[in-house]
Amino acid sequence: MSKYTEEQLEQELKTQEYKYGFYTDIESETFAKGLNEEVVIAISKKKNEPQWMTDWRLEAFRVWKKMEEPEWANVQYEKPKFQDIAYYSAPKEKPKLNSLDEVDPELLDTFKRLGISLDEQKKLANVAVDIVMDSVSVATTFKKTLGEKGIIFMPISEAIQEHPELVRKYLGTVVPTTDNFYAALNSAVFSDGSFCYIPKGVRCPMELSTYFRINEGGTGQFERTLVVADKGSYVSYLEGCTAPSRDENQLHAAVVELIAMDDAEIKYSTVQNWYPGNKEGKGGVYNFVTKRGLCENNAKISWTQVETGSAVTWKYPSCILKGNNSVGEFYSIAVTNNYQQADTGTKMIHLGKNTKSTIISKGISAGSSQNSYRGLVQIGARAENARNFSQCDSLLMGNLCGAHTFPYIEVKNKTAQVEHEATTSKIGEEQLFYCNQRGIDTEKAIALIVNGFSKEVLNKLPMEFAVEAQKLLEISLEGSVG
Amino acid sequence: MELKDKLVSSYVAFENRVETDSEVHEIRSKALQNFEALGFPTKKLEAWKYTSLNAVLKQDYSLFPNKENNIQLADVKKYFIHDIDAYKLVFIDGKYSSFLSETTHDTFDVCLMSSALVKPKYKAVIENYFDKIATKDNLTSLNTAFASEGAYIHIPKNVEVEKPIQIINFTTGSEAATLLQPRNLIVVEQNAHVQIIERNQSLTSNPVLTNSVTEVFAAKDATVDIYKIQNDDENASLVDNSYIEQKSKSIVSVHTFSFGGNITRNNLNFFQRGEHIDSILKGITIIEGKQHVDHHTLVHHIAPNCESHQDYKGIFDERATGVFNGKVIVEKEAQKTNAYQKNNNILVSDKATINAKPQLEIFADDVKCSHGCTIGQLDEDALFYMQQRGIPKKEGKALLMYAFANTVLESVKIPEVKQRITKLIAKKLGVDIGFDL
Repeated sequence: MSKYTEEQLEQELKTQEYKYGFYTDIESETFAKGLNEEVVIAISKKKNEPQWMTDWRLEAFRVWKKMEEPEWANVQYEKPKFQDIAYYSAPKEKPKLNSLDEVDPELLDTFKRLGISLDEQKKLANVAVDIVMDSVSVATTFKKTLGEKGIIFMPISEAIQEHPELVRKYLGTVVPTTDNFYAALNSAVFSDGSFCYIPKGVRCPMELSTYFRINEGGTGQFERTLVVADKGSYVSYLEGCTAPSRDENQLHAAVVELIAMDDAEIKYSTVQNWYPGNKEGKGGVYNFVTKRGLCENNAKISWTQVETGSAVTWKYPSCILKGNNSVGEFYSIAVTNNYQQADTGTKMIHLGKNTKSTIISKGISAGSSQNSYRGLVQIGARAENARNFSQCDSLLMGNLCGAHTFPYIEVKNKTAQVEHEATTSKIGEEQLFYCNQRGIDTEKAIALIVNGFSKEVLNKLPMEFAVEAQKLLEISLEGSVG
Repeated sequence: MELKDKLVSSYVAFENRVETDSEVHEIRSKALQNFEALGFPTKKLEAWKYTSLNAVLKQDYSLFPNKENNIQLADVKKYFIHDIDAYKLVFIDGKYSSFLSETTHDTFDVCLMSSALVKPKYKAVIENYFDKIATKDNLTSLNTAFASEGAYIHIPKNVEVEKPIQIINFTTGSEAATLLQPRNLIVVEQNAHVQIIERNQSLTSNPVLTNSVTEVFAAKDATVDIYKIQNDDENASLVDNSYIEQKSKSIVSVHTFSFGGNITRNNLNFFQRGEHIDSILKGITIIEGKQHVDHHTLVHHIAPNCESHQDYKGIFDERATGVFNGKVIVEKEAQKTNAYQKNNNILVSDKATINAKPQLEIFADDVKCSHGCTIGQLDEDALFYMQQRGIPKKEGKALLMYAFANTVLESVKIPEVKQRITKLIAKKLGVDIGFDL
């Protein structure tokens, strides 16, 4: 990876507010708007799914119809009209490709502009990528290398065909279809996503990555990710997202399920950069995501997220620490600017003995945005010697924004040790003055301080992402210095 | 009949007892409508997520005890802070007891709500302050609808009240189950100073539900210290709704000591309307059995340069449940706010539960706000150290717990109250040591 210089940063700060806001004119097939049982069946047909899958979707759809949209989150937005969304949109079907040279040049160009090159550069970076555009997986790299190790990494639609036993066994076990409104909706209409299975004792040799992009207007994106790490295995998984700038609010309702069996470890990192809407708060993506992981004995799940995009974020990556000695971690930076709203946090459910969890959440609010941390730490009656440490820090820039903390702590075991601390402050004038004295101008000084503030979390990201995330932070906060 | 229906239908009977041709009564009638619409809180409400009143509401409460009940001073003396001289406002089954009370009208008023609501002398104060800051939620509305008796305290400008004021509500248990709804109004004018001790005490094991509302107004430079001693019988439940409005440079502290009772819910709300205000909220909770104590605090910072300090300690044994829900709101005008919130808990038994939700909502950027919440155990090393030096385990534990709670006790300004609480803690922890070693 080339070195990132200050000049580049400066250049970037001068460029447009959301550089991924372009739209690629690729022929695509989009279903008519609206949602009913026929649409669900049609999606399932389109994907050539077995009957059990269709039934599973229909059941989810029936449950969803009875559910109400949650209103408890600290966000205000115009509710999506669920009958006004196209639930399936895919780049036009084309013959299976063997090498990247055969890929539609327009598509390749899109990825170049997104900063993902599917060729040499990535090979050097050693990242296997699965790209999901408008809910359909369009390219997966490194399949062969991974196959040698017995690792399955493919679009979930293919996995349903090729490994139905695995998908059927694990799909919906961590996030049941009835879990919540958006999870039920996703279960009914998801069109693609990634599936990953790491066999026993295998350490995945490279980072696995999925890149999500919403391209078509008037559509929603509903992808489903399922990662299963068998006993003693290890995997690091990355996820990135972008969307074109549009005036309408697009809905993104994804579900991610992680299963870490005995002694396994999953590291899941997200850099979320959906289109956040323009400066007046018009448009932007609604990001309503359910992410949850299950830890068996001695397993570990670590969530790292950098949330800079989306008009409204509603996202709580959680860990169910079922096994003894299991570990859950949550590292998060959420940046909101202009009229963005984020209600994000985590749940750590301690059920097993000697379970440990760590929560580090950094919220940065600027402009007229609202940033909330909402978390739950629950220690069950049988969770002996459970340990939790939570830290939520908020940084406010300007007095139009707000920072909120809603931590829930529920303890039913006397041996538990739970600590929670939260602070809210602004960038100190002394700190800025100190930087100014040393010839660092205010904008750069703020970038520096914000970076220091978020370092604990940035450090947890894999190298490739850390650089991208750092840049994103700076761009997201551009113009927020008063 | 459900308690709600019973209350609503008894309103007519209530109207026969009070003056209905007044502004106060209009407020009452509106509050009743409000309560009728809202009903009793259920666990579905976010604010009542961890506390259920269902079991308590099932009792067949008598709403207006008819009998005049008298009690002997000797029997209840122990419930007073009797070793100091104090003004006393004593209510027995909701009725004022002139025999046990000691009121005054010289320079300031320590008297009854029932007379303040009707006498022209108090009209201006009632008009200005009555039901002005109490929120319109369900239980407060219920209290307002039936507001007729309680303490009325009015301290004029520059007066320093020389001795504390004790407000005590006794329940005799002459009825099978009693519902009490005391309504207190405390107005402290500019630069005045007052100390108040509150207590609710049931004298038998018949069920009691107290739904009290207290409104406190602290004007500029006023100092108000309130001590709430909650060590009631195990069948007595309490919902204490306190609303405090502060003007600039005033200092108000509320200490809540919860050791007894069945279900205790403290809704403590501070509204800061002025600059350089200090609000202090502290509490010690030591409970066991099936007791349930819920501290629900709100500090609303509206103006700049103010401070708030919250410090709540809890020790929970057996099947006890503790809830702490602290909320700090800092409005965008309230720059340079310092708001601190601390909640530390110790679980002694495996069956005990703690639910904590320390909440911050901040809209101003130039503030220092923090909250900390811990749940843990006593330091084994410290305990071992004491055992090595010949202090038995039980006493050692008690000493550590006392030290744990001491940060709250330190700021109690009346030595006799401090002593009393220290003794209660010792008793609660089952040891016979004075702690003032």
